Amino acid sequence: MTAPVRTRDRHEAAVGLPRLLWVPAGLAFALIALPVVGLGLRTDWPRLPELLLSEAALDALRLSLLTASCSTVICIVLGGPLAVVLARGRLPGLQVLRSIVLLPLVLPPVVGGLALLYLVGRTGLVGQGLELAFGITVPFTTAAVVLAQTFVALPFLVVSLEGALRTSGQRYEAVAATLGASPALAFRRVTVPLVLPGLLSGAVLAFARCLGEFGATIAFAGSLQGTTRTLPLLVYLARESDVDAAVALSLLLVVVAVVVIAIARPRTVAS
Amino acid sequence: MRRPAFTLDVSISAAPGEVLAVLGPNGAGKSTLLGVLSGLLRPDEGLVRVGEHVVTDTAAGVHVPPHRRGVGLLAQQALLFPHLTARDNIAFGPRAAGVGRREARARAEELLTGVDAAALGDRRPAQMSGGQQQRVALARALAPEPALLLLDEPLAALDVDATPAMRALLRRVVRDGKQTAVLVTHSALDALVLADRVVVLTGGRVVEDGGTRDVLARPRSAFTARIAGLDLVPGVCDVGGLRTPDGLLVSGLTDGVDVGDTAVAVFPPSAVAVYATRPDGSPRNVLPVRLAAIEPRGDVVRLRAAAPPGGPAWVDGLAADVTPAAVADLGVEPGAELWFVVKATEVAIHGQ
Amino acid sequence: MTRRLLAVGAAVLVLAGCGGAAPAETDPSPARTLTVFAAASLTDVFTELETRFEADNPGVDVVLNYGASSDLAQQLVNGGPADVFAAASASTMATVTDAGLVEGTPVVFARNRLQIVTAPGNPEGIAGFADLARPDLQVVVCAPQVPCGAAVERIETATGITLTPVSEEPDVRSTLGRVTTGNADAGLVYVTDVGSVGDAVEGVDFPEAEQAVTDYPIGVLATAPQPELARAFADLVSGADGQAVLAGAGFVGAP
Repeated sequence: MTAPVRTRDRHEAAVGLPRLLWVPAGLAFALIALPVVGLGLRTDWPRLPELLLSEAALDALRLSLLTASCSTVICIVLGGPLAVVLARGRLPGLQVLRSIVLLPLVLPPVVGGLALLYLVGRTGLVGQGLELAFGITVPFTTAAVVLAQTFVALPFLVVSLEGALRTSGQRYEAVAATLGASPALAFRRVTVPLVLPGLLSGAVLAFARCLGEFGATIAFAGSLQGTTRTLPLLVYLARESDVDAAVALSLLLVVVAVVVIAIARPRTVAS
Repeated sequence: MRRPAFTLDVSISAAPGEVLAVLGPNGAGKSTLLGVLSGLLRPDEGLVRVGEHVVTDTAAGVHVPPHRRGVGLLAQQALLFPHLTARDNIAFGPRAAGVGRREARARAEELLTGVDAAALGDRRPAQMSGGQQQRVALARALAPEPALLLLDEPLAALDVDATPAMRALLRRVVRDGKQTAVLVTHSALDALVLADRVVVLTGGRVVEDGGTRDVLARPRSAFTARIAGLDLVPGVCDVGGLRTPDGLLVSGLTDGVDVGDTAVAVFPPSAVAVYATRPDGSPRNVLPVRLAAIEPRGDVVRLRAAAPPGGPAWVDGLAADVTPAAVADLGVEPGAELWFVVKATEVAIHGQ
Repeated sequence: MTRRLLAVGAAVLVLAGCGGAAPAETDPSPARTLTVFAAASLTDVFTELETRFEADNPGVDVVLNYGASSDLAQQLVNGGPADVFAAASASTMATVTDAGLVEGTPVVFARNRLQIVTAPGNPEGIAGFADLARPDLQVVVCAPQVPCGAAVERIETATGITLTPVSEEPDVRSTLGRVTTGNADAGLVYVTDVGSVGDAVEGVDFPEAEQAVTDYPIGVLATAPQPELARAFADLVSGADGQAVLAGAGFVGAP
């Protein structure tokens, strides 16, 4: 902590890597990078502006950014406190709770979508109540998209923030207490700033996951231009009729993903 | 206070404006004691009073949380909040107490000057050395004007170069500043410089309690003797010296102890001469030892003794400080059998 | 060095194992395999015809690959190995014929039309296409990009009635699912799909459906490894036996 930030010196002798590692490492990289290159090769570049500026594409992009932003905010507001409870709480069965929180990471998203449908759908446990009490139906609305995205993205935020909380420990909070700070004040002025990098990288991950969300959305929210048809859903649909459009939209998603990763990466390293 | 396989059972007090040093070997319960005082730990049974305020009273079910005790803490690690500048770190306590931003900053500035760190106000912890961080941490701990300041080995993690200055600063700010404080340390020097009084904890109990100089000059336990840098032999006072459990007489000057009383013989390692063969003549104490370790200590070399085969067990741990040239002349290695020789006039015998 | 080579070899074997598992399993028993790519809406019919064909041609194993016609067409264009392709629309078949992959001209062997699907008992009292425009109804249709959605668009154009669906689903099965799960009041799907789920839903015929009848063409692929068998299978589908099974599932006979 006290050492000045040291930039890598060219004269520093690198610690040797086993040469054999390069082979699977190269294969792994190729596996990720080459399909994207393939997408680029398949793209109909002259038609690209027209394909990306179509009303359907713009609607989907707008909807994707809007819903992903909403979902990320909800993830922070609800997932942040959950991460704190998981990292610091003293409850019996916390381990079980943690496993349940991780479920959406493991489940196929479409299963999540079905689960949401059977809970908040018109015939679902909560859905029936909502319709009777308030006349609200959740599926087929933008809110349903946000709900589906939040469901799949929540663990990303919780896991990353919980990790940051564990790493920082509670020593600083103890110091804050001896300085007269109440638990609430110590949380606000010490804990939150300390884990901010972890929170930000978690939020970016969650946002990225929301942008890419397909399965839960199609299963739960449906697909209607301007209301529930996000970019991934449009890509899936466009594939049926206009492969060029599907490829162009995929490329757009790749660009958005790269931007998101570029924003997130330095913070992840810093934390 | 009970922990698995460990019980801390002490009664200590520090007068207002007094610095009390708590000495003790690892595991003696020093950190647990500070935890109880700061409120970060709850004792099973006990009463803690800070000034007029009872902050822990298990009988009455009182446990004031740490942030409402007025007990400050400076630990080994500075633990400055990494996201705040030095000034904002110091202002944290006053701000938590509801002092306005401007006033808290002014107080921080004043304290920064007080710890010789006026130029560091705008720096973040990562831009400061360990010594600088510890100075700022001291200022931060003092900022809320705690009724009691806990110093948990505040010099232990510092570079050798930074230690004397920080020790001097603590003396000026804490002891001369009449800040009531409890100092946990391993170092006799820290206790001598910083503390008015010393208690020695061993195995969760107070074994010694008194003025710093008295306790360190006349150690009654092996631990205190070791940290005071003195050799100590326990036994019973006899005519002309101290009778060890195995019947040997260590000659020395008795000091207010009666024959038959439990006593200890104390002498500095520098008063011990070392021979490879048994020397003749008296009045000297000649102790057979086996050499356990050779430790360089600045200009001298400390030879640490172990019990020789068939010899007295109580010589174990005794130290002799000799010059490097003398070690070279002796030509010894650990395991060698030697003789430690101490003049009777160098040995003080006092009650335990 | 030897151990390194072994490690790399093992990795290659693992990769090869992953890729090669499927053909290796189907390979050993029958002498000949006939691969048929068929639209998902043909699932029930073709599974029945598979049994007959295998009974008529001992030693032949028919492997059926069902999916969205457009997906299957894309797979074929990108080199997917098949003997026969049965599509749910003329346009998806055109993708494959345009690529020069079909031997001769595809034959229309069945036709399908849309039906309104509602909850059992038709609680909303939907009597015809015009009712679907009622604002109090949650209606689902297929997206215009897929054949069943294109059919809806044609009916809308013909009738001048524009629907405001709550969702445009990517395939006919999802559309049907919205109604079977009770999340939508009504949907527009193929009559054959309504028949396939039994009593879980109720089908309502409407005359305008005739405006958008879908053709099901079948073709033998030019690259078919088993051209003889492929022709025999296509004949079975278009022949009397095939037509009987298709009619039983609700398909309209070939023109």
